[in-house]
Amino acid sequence: MNVLVFADSHDGMIAKSAFEAVTYGSKIAKDSGGSAAVLTYGTISSDSLNELASYGITNVLHCSQLTDMDPQQLARLLAAASGDQQSELIVFSHDYTGKSVAPISAARLNAGIVSGAIDYPETSAGFTVKKAVFSGKAFAQVKINSDVKVVSLLPNSVGKTKTEGTANVTEFNPDCGAPSVVVKEQKSKGGEGISLTEADLVVSAGRGLKGPENWGMIEELATELGAATACSRPVADIGWRPHHEHVGQTGIAIRPNLYIAVGISGAIQHLAGVNGSKVIVVVNTDPEAPFFKAADYGIVGDAFVVVPKLIEAVKALKIAQG
Amino acid sequence: MNILVCISKAPDTTSKIVFSNGNTTFNEDGVQFIVNPYDEWYALVRALELKESGGGKVTILSVGGADYEPIMRKALAIGADEAIRVDSDTRDSFQIASEIAAVAKSNAYDLILLGKETIDYNGANVGGMIAGLMDYPYVSNASKLEVNSNVGQIEREKQGGTEVLEAKLPCVISCAKGMAEQRIPNMRGIMAARSKPLNVVASCGAGAMTEVVSFTLPDAKGSVKLIDPENAAELINLLHTEAKVI
Ligand SMILES: Cc1cc2nc3c(=O)[nH]c(=O)nc-3n(C[C@H](O)[C@H](O)[C@H](O)COP(=O)(O)OP(=O)(O)OC[C@H]3O[C@@H](n4cnc5c(N)ncnc54)[C@H](O)[C@@H]3O)c2cc1C
Ligand SMILES: Nc1ncnc2c1ncn2[C@@H]1O[C@H](COP(=O)(O)O)[C@@H](O)[C@H]1O
Repeated sequence: MNVLVFADSHDGMIAKSAFEAVTYGSKIAKDSGGSAAVLTYGTISSDSLNELASYGITNVLHCSQLTDMDPQQLARLLAAASGDQQSELIVFSHDYTGKSVAPISAARLNAGIVSGAIDYPETSAGFTVKKAVFSGKAFAQVKINSDVKVVSLLPNSVGKTKTEGTANVTEFNPDCGAPSVVVKEQKSKGGEGISLTEADLVVSAGRGLKGPENWGMIEELATELGAATACSRPVADIGWRPHHEHVGQTGIAIRPNLYIAVGISGAIQHLAGVNGSKVIVVVNTDPEAPFFKAADYGIVGDAFVVVPKLIEAVKALKIAQG
Repeated sequence: MNILVCISKAPDTTSKIVFSNGNTTFNEDGVQFIVNPYDEWYALVRALELKESGGGKVTILSVGGADYEPIMRKALAIGADEAIRVDSDTRDSFQIASEIAAVAKSNAYDLILLGKETIDYNGANVGGMIAGLMDYPYVSNASKLEVNSNVGQIEREKQGGTEVLEAKLPCVISCAKGMAEQRIPNMRGIMAARSKPLNVVASCGAGAMTEVVSFTLPDAKGSVKLIDPENAAELINLLHTEAKVI
């Protein structure tokens, strides 16, 4: 089947999660004997556009006339590109942009959608995709019955694989209609930290840390590991940490390779946001903390004693690795 | 201002998830249903605040069977003026959005507010689909909303930060944390809710595009490997050599 992947960009570079969506789309196209193309928009460096070739893409459509994330205009752009490429499957990343543009596109293309897919489709009997439901407490196999299909892929689900190749980048600027939203101001979260939804490694802490002044060691451990930081909800509610770090059912859901939870009890609403993590480490003074039941590795101990030791051990490991 | 708030029902977060009929159906026996938290805490409460400051009417809308009525009464008790239930099965986000768009097309709503996603199927789709079907501006994951003479001033979450934008009404907005604070219905609200109109309208007959073929539960986690706190460095070693994540 012909696949069109919508790739978002940040700061002039194709987004990391987009390369994963591209890996996903180009494999499906290859396995089914179709072709894969990428649609992207905004000001993007040509190096970054060319990098798409290393993920199995030959055709890149670049719309430079749109720069704001206006979901209606982007959905029109996508509809035009999918007509141009005769796409049967549209792949998005299930990130903020994907969540905005994918459902409008599905409505425009009269397409069924599975959002937050976590694996490649099963195509022996129709087209069925696996996704997490009930906030991570179960999985569903969802079959898409429409001719055109939309899938948004949860970041960190299939990883990205490089191949060889050169891309053919074409400017693609169809009529996308008048703007429906006007962006007035961009506020970055500040700090050079790694974006939580895209991070492979995450160090998170909760009320067990007693106060905001004790986060230095959490940040240090994260920096040493090259990890992003996160927190439990009460910690964000009382203002110890910024709201965008709050993970869980009411915060954001993440699926890093490693999630280290320090002084977090592991309430079901917290687990809902992190139970897709590949490896979970829990540090907690209470051996009965529910989080241990969801953990792969655990240390029953005091964060103030354990975390400094972990920092030293990571430093030692880095030195050993050279 | 005439505001429509789309309300869905969801299993209480602490519910045990069990499937029946050969893992094809969610078993609702003994499950406590609640108003989907984002719909209740953020979309509904912000709609009520806008009505309180600027006047107008707040209508809640659910697509679903009679089993939706208890959660709809709760939304009325929190302060919505009236309710519409589209009498229909709920099959997928496309079908639900089509039903909502059919109601919205025959009523002049200035704003359509939704939750950012349901906590059962976690679609995050219905809002965008309504916007697609109606050609309205769409802002998802909004954390702030003000309205000034027919223009919505909205803050939305995006990768690495937030963005302030403007959209002309009518528009569709999916609401996330930050929008408003949860309100607990009081006795007067609960009494008043009983006599507020809850109109049942027929389905427009929209079809679904997807179907759930089967459910599975995650594999039981093997038991946790405990490391002596005295020897915390061993954890880092295991993460490197055994789990291979660092
Ligand atoms: C509808 C709803 C939605 C919710 N959504 C979310 C959500 O999205 N995200 C979320 O996180 N929560 C959410 N919650 C709250 C959730 O139920 C818990 O209350 C919350 O996760 C607890 O946070 P915590 O683990 O940081 O704090 P606590 O429960 O207070 O746990 C602190 C832990 O630290 C341990 N500890 C104490 N001292 C130390 C020490 N020195 N060293 C190591 N460990 C120590 C304690 O043993 C304890 O286990 C929600 C609740 C509801 C009702
Ligand atoms: N059956 C329904 N009736 C009315 N509104 C719904 C229904 N299902 C979902 N919604 C709304 O659409 C939002 C997003 O749902 P979803 O796309 O299923 O994650 C929810 O937060 C509700 O506001």
